[in-house]
Amino acid sequence: MQSLFVLLAVSVVVFFAVYAVGDPIELLVSPEASVADRQVMIQRLGLDLPVWLQYTGFLGRALHGDLGTSFVHGIPAIELIVQRIPATLELVFVAISLTILIGIPLGLIAGLKSDKPTGRGLMAGSVLGFSLPSFWQGMVLILMFAVWLHWLPAAGRGDTVTVLGVPLSLLTASGWSHVILPAINLSLANIALVLRLTATGVVDAKTQEYVKFARAKGLRPQRILTRHILRNILIPVVTVIGMEFGSLIAYSTITETVFAWPGMGKLLIDSIYQLDRPVVVAYVMLVTFIFVMINMLVDMLYAALDPRVQLQESE
Amino acid sequence: MKTPDPRPTAVNTPLTDTPRRRAILKQLRSHPTVKGSVIALVLLLATVLLAPFLAPQDPYNLAVLDLMDGRLSPGSASMNGFRFWLGTDSQGRDMLSAILYGLRISLTVGLSAVALATVIGSLVGLMAAYAGGLIDTLLMRLVDFILGFPTILVALVLLAMLGRGVDKVVIAIVVVQWAHYARIMRSRALQERRKEYIEAALNLGFPAWRIMLRHLLPNCLGPVMVFATIQIANAIVLEATLSFLGVGVPITEPSLGLLIANGFQYLLSGDYWISMFPGLALLLLILSINVIADRLRSALDPRST
Repeated sequence: MQSLFVLLAVSVVVFFAVYAVGDPIELLVSPEASVADRQVMIQRLGLDLPVWLQYTGFLGRALHGDLGTSFVHGIPAIELIVQRIPATLELVFVAISLTILIGIPLGLIAGLKSDKPTGRGLMAGSVLGFSLPSFWQGMVLILMFAVWLHWLPAAGRGDTVTVLGVPLSLLTASGWSHVILPAINLSLANIALVLRLTATGVVDAKTQEYVKFARAKGLRPQRILTRHILRNILIPVVTVIGMEFGSLIAYSTITETVFAWPGMGKLLIDSIYQLDRPVVVAYVMLVTFIFVMINMLVDMLYAALDPRVQLQESE
Repeated sequence: MKTPDPRPTAVNTPLTDTPRRRAILKQLRSHPTVKGSVIALVLLLATVLLAPFLAPQDPYNLAVLDLMDGRLSPGSASMNGFRFWLGTDSQGRDMLSAILYGLRISLTVGLSAVALATVIGSLVGLMAAYAGGLIDTLLMRLVDFILGFPTILVALVLLAMLGRGVDKVVIAIVVVQWAHYARIMRSRALQERRKEYIEAALNLGFPAWRIMLRHLLPNCLGPVMVFATIQIANAIVLEATLSFLGVGVPITEPSLGLLIANGFQYLLSGDYWISMFPGLALLLLILSINVIADRLRSALDPRST
């Protein structure tokens, strides 16, 4: 229910931002349109109607998946965005995999050796990971690996293979070489975040009774780590990774711009440049929808991982 | 000869000089990274304030720019013997001077945005905690709503509608940041509200604004201020990112982010200095703020010893 309310609220905000502020015709009809065309558009969009009727009309069209037509490309905005989704998701998935595969192990090491130089170094390094502005860090990667070392390409997506009508670049060598730099760029801040989260979790857990008990039982340190400590600290980590999934889609805007990766984020930036308002509106609505879905999924996953959490409040 | 007074003399310590505060300062001083960060930050602030005197060139005086000096590598000299220690951009502008002026704009935007967001957010949080009930629910729903979205997305869409401009970037940063302060302030104020001194003030018949601003606010400010120091770095990064994406500050007022964006197109041809040096300046600024904020937070955390 609450998620529906959020979607509704965003639709109101976006509606008033685009349709009600200033002259909507200026925003929604391309400047090259003739006077007759404008008249047709005013009729079609119902701009001669009262505001609340306009809003219900907008909402009705939005529910049917009609969020306007791109001025620049001449096809429905939503279609344009959907075409770009696979590229962005691919990037986000590789970034999340990197986050898990690098962030959690490094966090465990930092937590276990929190008094030793290794742990301190990792924690200090994670501050650097936070502080590096994402776009500049991407440029450093390009400079090092593409311009100076010539190891990896600097831009684009490489060859794609179409699987079930969806172009994927993860199945070709060229695709992998293209995705690796953007994925590192996108995941670095999250690696730092997960590292810190895991490390503090381990440090807290080390002194807990259940760990002492497991050690007293004579369990191998490895088993204590994987079966006891990891289980308990994974809950906040999974929550954060889940929530970061949504932010990654948003932050991929920056990475996609730096690496000319043809995803939704690059489309958003291009549309902002070209004043392609319907695409901007459609993007906001779609990303909001994705966000609402993610929040629900994270809640459910949370409940599955920790039986103490119950979705329904007890009556 | 005077005998020492046996009575314990009241040591005249200022009220602000509490043992706890001394312990915090001691803990901050003992950290070498914090010391380094403070020195770096003070140096950066000094260069920002003194930019017009320190900069070898006025980067916005077109008369001194020479296109012949365009994209010179670091350390090379112009025809008239002027040395560009950090190279030049495509218009022959000395990068060192451009960075010094860019830092000014980045810091101005970051500081003013955080100051505004702190004031607005704190007042909203204070109001929510003091009023309670429906007002509290509505305000906090709004806070949840805004915090549910990633900052970059909200700021990006906002600026796509508002257009470019220093003031607009500040507005966008305030919109995405105020809710954090409101939430922190509210939870702190809810704790303080129950205490006796508020009850006493209420019984004295003070008006609500007076209790909020004179009694509640000063006692809730600590955590908000610590958070604000972290947010300064975030605001600067956000501004740089937005400017890099082309929706931030206008070309007439290039911040560090815009300088980096301008250098991006020359990166692939190997002219690294146009984008790398402004980036290093940005990194140094953010890193020193982050280190100080991080230490400040753990020093103020009562659980850490």
